[in-house]
Amino acid sequence: METEFTPFASLLGGGLIGLSAVVLLAAHGRIAGISGIVSRILPPSVDKAGLPQGIIFLIGLLLAAPLWFVLTGSAPVQMVSSNGLLLIIAGLLVGFGSVMGNGCTSGHGVCGISRGSARSIAATVTFMATAFVTVFVLRHVVGG
Amino acid sequence: MHVFSTLFAGLLFGTGLILSGMANPAKVQNFLDLFGTWDPSLAFVMGGAIMVTMPGFWLVQKRMTPLYHDVFHLPTRTDFDARLVVGAATFGIGWGLGGFCPGPVLTSLPLAASGTLFFVPAMLVGMVIAKYTAAPLPKTPAV
Repeated sequence: METEFTPFASLLGGGLIGLSAVVLLAAHGRIAGISGIVSRILPPSVDKAGLPQGIIFLIGLLLAAPLWFVLTGSAPVQMVSSNGLLLIIAGLLVGFGSVMGNGCTSGHGVCGISRGSARSIAATVTFMATAFVTVFVLRHVVGG
Repeated sequence: MHVFSTLFAGLLFGTGLILSGMANPAKVQNFLDLFGTWDPSLAFVMGGAIMVTMPGFWLVQKRMTPLYHDVFHLPTRTDFDARLVVGAATFGIGWGLGGFCPGPVLTSLPLAASGTLFFVPAMLVGMVIAKYTAAPLPKTPAV
């Protein structure tokens, strides 16, 4: 299904994401990597010192959509597949892969690249490549 | 103040994801669909973010310490290992399959789409499994 090309909203939204990362680094000296923030508060090794800040950040993240609704009067536009099995597999791979690879789109893709980290650049090139191939297979080989 | 700054950062991050279109998995998958219904918007999200973080990080790190903390917690590793590459490759497959990565899917949770409700618990389980299977890292001295 086609989606509208939104260069200005996307650039501005990206800018807000970047600003959030700068706020987090300036205030707490931490990298805004969502997979890291989430996984650090999960077992088996819960980061007790970072637990309150991690939870507060996630509360902020969860408040964004309700705030959007209050301010704009409409829910954010979303088209989510209702194929439960596919999304369970996708979720498992995203969770496992982001922790094993020490980062996701935010930690490696935005923060790591901005810091010139060679590890993050390698990770970003790798996950972009497998994601492109996966969508190609999903839509043009399997889905036809 | 430090609590407010963290809450504000989370709210900014989520709002940015919604405004940019990244919280819509269809838009993510269309970015990844070069040979189909390609939507280049996501390149602008990443560009917009890096345009702020690159100078922003540089300015922040000219300070000796963060505002509410003693030290910067920045990744220090520079080596390449199999876990980095295999992990990133696995992450990319999941990202392509669902169109969701951790930030956008958590931001989408209050919208309660059925797909999101399947994805989030599975993602948390995947994270816990990866933590259990991780080789114990050597303790690095606090700098």
